[in-house]
Amino acid sequence: MTLPIVALLQASPPQSIVVFLVATVAKMLIIFTIYMVGVALLTLAERKISAWMQDRHGPNRVGKGWLQPAADGVKNIMKEETYPDDAYTPLFVLAPAMAFIPAMITWAVIPWGAPWDSPWGRIEMSIASLPIGFLYILAIGSIGVYGIVLAGWSSNNKYSLLGGLRSSAQMVSYEIALGMATIPVLLLAGNVSLNQVVEGQAGLGPLSWNVATCTLAWLVFLIAAFAETNRLPFDLPEAESELIAGYHSEYSAMKFSLFFIAEYANMVTASALMSTLFFGGWDIPFTSWDNVAPHSALKTLATTALFFGKTLFWVFFYMWIRWTVPRFRYDQLMALGWKLLLPAMLGYIVVMATAILLLQRAGFAPSSLPFSGALLGLNVVIVLALLFVLDRGRIVSPAYSRLDRRNLDKLRAVTPIRRGTEAAEAGR
Amino acid sequence: MAIGVKVLERPIAETSYLRATLKGMSLTLKHMFQEPVTVQYPEEKWSLSPRWRGTHRMLTTEDGKAKCVACGLCPTVCPANCIKLVPGEDEKGNRYPLVFEIDEFRCIFCGYCQEVCPEEAIHVGRHYENSEYSREGFVYDLERLTAQTHPVCEMWDPADPKGE
Repeated sequence: MTLPIVALLQASPPQSIVVFLVATVAKMLIIFTIYMVGVALLTLAERKISAWMQDRHGPNRVGKGWLQPAADGVKNIMKEETYPDDAYTPLFVLAPAMAFIPAMITWAVIPWGAPWDSPWGRIEMSIASLPIGFLYILAIGSIGVYGIVLAGWSSNNKYSLLGGLRSSAQMVSYEIALGMATIPVLLLAGNVSLNQVVEGQAGLGPLSWNVATCTLAWLVFLIAAFAETNRLPFDLPEAESELIAGYHSEYSAMKFSLFFIAEYANMVTASALMSTLFFGGWDIPFTSWDNVAPHSALKTLATTALFFGKTLFWVFFYMWIRWTVPRFRYDQLMALGWKLLLPAMLGYIVVMATAILLLQRAGFAPSSLPFSGALLGLNVVIVLALLFVLDRGRIVSPAYSRLDRRNLDKLRAVTPIRRGTEAAEAGR
Repeated sequence: MAIGVKVLERPIAETSYLRATLKGMSLTLKHMFQEPVTVQYPEEKWSLSPRWRGTHRMLTTEDGKAKCVACGLCPTVCPANCIKLVPGEDEKGNRYPLVFEIDEFRCIFCGYCQEVCPEEAIHVGRHYENSEYSREGFVYDLERLTAQTHPVCEMWDPADPKGE
């Protein structure tokens, strides 16, 4: 019974268990270090970018601004930790870790570079190249909501609880759209292994990237990823103007900081995932130099740099959106998730599956020029339709948009009931 | 009675979300490359108007004594009642202030004291960095007022209304 499990968990059995163990531990340490330092610097980047977008300077005092994350960290460690009297302590302590750990361990399966044929054997550039990579990410991603919900619940505070409730509803709703958005990608790759997804996008340069062949899926993935990471315009669980600080109102010192780290870690993970699924991952476009043997260290470094470049761009994109778009109203958020994204994705899967099947029947090989070109054409038509036909105050209804005739009649029929006698009459 | 719901009939071309968002993003990106407008305060300072009314200063004669003749006009005109003046007289009959104190906490910096002073002794100055560690520190006595060195406020001249 153990054999199938081993086969499932490890695509290529390692040549030597010692090399495998040493390499894995080394990769874990390196990635963890880069990750934590990177997340710390991202808090600085967010403040700097927000400042620039608002014609300000941003933090520029501690070491010209560069030591600001260190100063923040020291401050948060030195601060007093407060525990509310009515908080349920075990969960209150557990919640920050529960928010932080899933964001970290998602990275285990993301391939960030070409494999390296070291003197001791081939080393894959992902901590665990699981054949079921994408399913693992979906599974871990679902755990992420627990941290926020438990934080909201255990704080014993009405605002925290509301934040936790909102986040659970939001994350459950958008997880569906997120999963649906990746199905066209997996259809094209024919596999759930992230390595296969990256390989499937090599060949034609940006034309074979999934962003060209499944543009609408990318757009929905982008929106759902924003909701999953609780970033503006979907930061309803936090919503300073309504809920103080939402689920982390009661947290102080390093526990509060941990929620912040979790948010940025989630952001990096979602960005890396977006680069992998839709933007060709670590593959260098227009050349097959990086895909063929000999797998030298230079190739590994070049592809890694490219991958982190793409990831950082999407992290910047997150911040860019945050400082541009205001927060959604709660009903708009739910309506967008359930009434628009989910049906749109269901329809899109059917369209894409049909198109892929027809193209394969017509004898075009996947990721050949006519195959990708035809899919790109299809997507251009769909996106143009979305932008210029559907996007007329119907996708989301902003406050300034036209009201639906039906809703308007409903609103107009409402009778205000002010006095008790009138209320009694209305009841009768 | 039904609720009167007002409906703004906007042209349908104006109601969009995605395109409006893209427009907003291009705006924020444009601002990212603009020079910040911040003045880095402790290092850089704004130039003050010549008519700026700030912390007081008492001007002195050549022999270093305050110009004040203790006429009592400034405590009379002061709307915030922040000037304390006790007049004295020397053997020649010259009046001088025994006590001259201004409570900068009570002062509303209207500049009437400077305007009313017949000897051009008391002035409001072009100076605003006057923080203190105690309330008592804000009561400036004569010694402190004469020791101030910052430039004084130039009063508005009806003959030259724009200050040219």
